[in-house]
Amino acid sequence: MNATAVTGQGTNDWRISAAGRKASSVLLKGNSLNIVLALAGVVIKELYRRKDFYVLFVLTALMTLLLGSVRFFNDDKIVRYLKEICLLLIWVSGLVIAIATTARQIPAERENRTIFPLLAKPVTRAHVIVGKFLGCWFACGLALVMFYVFFGVVTGSREHAWPVMHWVQTMMMQWLMLGIVTAFVLFGSIVFAAPSSNATISFILVIGILLLGGHLRSLALQRPEPAKTIMEMVYFAIPHLEWFDIREFLQYNQPLVPWIYCGEAAVYALGYITFLLFAAWVVFRRKPLNL
Amino acid sequence: MSNRTPYYFLALLGSACFSLATLVQPRAMNWSQHGRDSVLKVLLGDGRRIFANHFFTKADIYFHSGYYPSVFDHRDEPKESHMKGHGHGEQEEDQEKEADFFGRPRDWVEAFGRHFMITKHTHLEHGQEREILPWLKLSAELDPQLIDSYTVGAYWLANQLGKTKEAEDFLREGLRENPRSYELLFSLGRIYYDNEHDTARARNVWQAALRRWDEQEARNEKPDKLVLEEITVHLGRLEEKTGDYRSAIEYLERAKSLSPSPQTLQRQIDQLKAKVS
Repeated sequence: MNATAVTGQGTNDWRISAAGRKASSVLLKGNSLNIVLALAGVVIKELYRRKDFYVLFVLTALMTLLLGSVRFFNDDKIVRYLKEICLLLIWVSGLVIAIATTARQIPAERENRTIFPLLAKPVTRAHVIVGKFLGCWFACGLALVMFYVFFGVVTGSREHAWPVMHWVQTMMMQWLMLGIVTAFVLFGSIVFAAPSSNATISFILVIGILLLGGHLRSLALQRPEPAKTIMEMVYFAIPHLEWFDIREFLQYNQPLVPWIYCGEAAVYALGYITFLLFAAWVVFRRKPLNL
Repeated sequence: MSNRTPYYFLALLGSACFSLATLVQPRAMNWSQHGRDSVLKVLLGDGRRIFANHFFTKADIYFHSGYYPSVFDHRDEPKESHMKGHGHGEQEEDQEKEADFFGRPRDWVEAFGRHFMITKHTHLEHGQEREILPWLKLSAELDPQLIDSYTVGAYWLANQLGKTKEAEDFLREGLRENPRSYELLFSLGRIYYDNEHDTARARNVWQAALRRWDEQEARNEKPDKLVLEEITVHLGRLEEKTGDYRSAIEYLERAKSLSPSPQTLQRQIDQLKAKVS
């Protein structure tokens, strides 16, 4: 990626160079919003240049279509198992895209030494953090739109129902969750030594929170002190990612979650995103850039 | 080495692979019981039985549209899932619907999180029951000895979805794996009697079920009385319908000794005795 593209240096790919020149001219103009959006735009371009998304999308599509072709008891109206599996694949793919894309952003800039020309322009470290975050988050959003369009076409054509608002709500909630994950991984990419360790730790934490986050207090109550207090502190401190998993509502054709609660969850997610980005900036602003 | 040499080696290796395959393949067939094992059995071995129970539970979760306790929720173990279709009373169903295994939320995190969980107890109905079938089929594939997968699947196929043939085929598949199962024979008899109205075949199958029960359960310390009661009551009603009152009385007498409400059966027996006399 990266600032190679932003600065337009050191690449033979004319498309990226062109994007880099455009971004570079925006950076020189110096408006913070423009700078952040230019940095984000380059990250989004990276997503469609790399193969990760295509591989995951093709895998998801193949597995879903393969399972969709199975007919149980000569009944072609059975669809919920297909919804469940397709949504699970979308969730796994979303996490992989978010974590893999974000984990390598800043380490790659430092490794390629493109961070120096990037910061030589009127770009602050805060711009880099926010720009990288927005780029990764928007890239996840674009990927999710593609996944959910596929999901909608497959399940809608089989179920003969088109609950578009359910799809939008489920996607939005997943996107908000990926926002927290992206912010956390970006923070991790500054704290941890290598992208691989950052990605592994992030996967374990995210999956742990999704599976156990909501039950941590029940488990804490069965433990003696001081484990009980520690677990309770963790329970209240962690971002409750499981709230954003509303696949079951879509899967079991349940009514929409009231939008007011989704709005409150969005505020909660934005709070954690802000906190994590601020923490990333605090660590990054005093971090030596050379490896 | 000429330019063509690598290709000659490649052809030689390809031939060697093909020859080895023709040699090893018949032996591999013997290792895997002449190719009779399913892919799942080959891949998972006996560990697949753990997954079978999971998928059977999955069917129950689908039946309740996602309203289901997790391993962390406090609850009394259900005596028997009504996915099995053993005729629950309305009162019992209402009580179940009122039951809330979540309890009161302990804190604001839990309270807010409830908005994003299914907290309404509903059952699949109006043909939506078909959604549980893939999991039952998968459960049966993974553990062919899990009888409930066949009986529950066949019940919904025959009674709610009108797929009598598929239900019969599924039960026969189960009988091939479990030829001594009286539960499967009883379920098969119900399809013949209730759906196909074939009294003669239903009688034969139920009598076979009764023989199997006597062979397997009669000497058990804790025999499966529930199924025996169902077999004998159904046989009694069948004989009553065909006019063989003496046989009907015999079956109902046996059922009476097992029934939690023998008075009802006694009244039926008295009526039959009156008809005989």
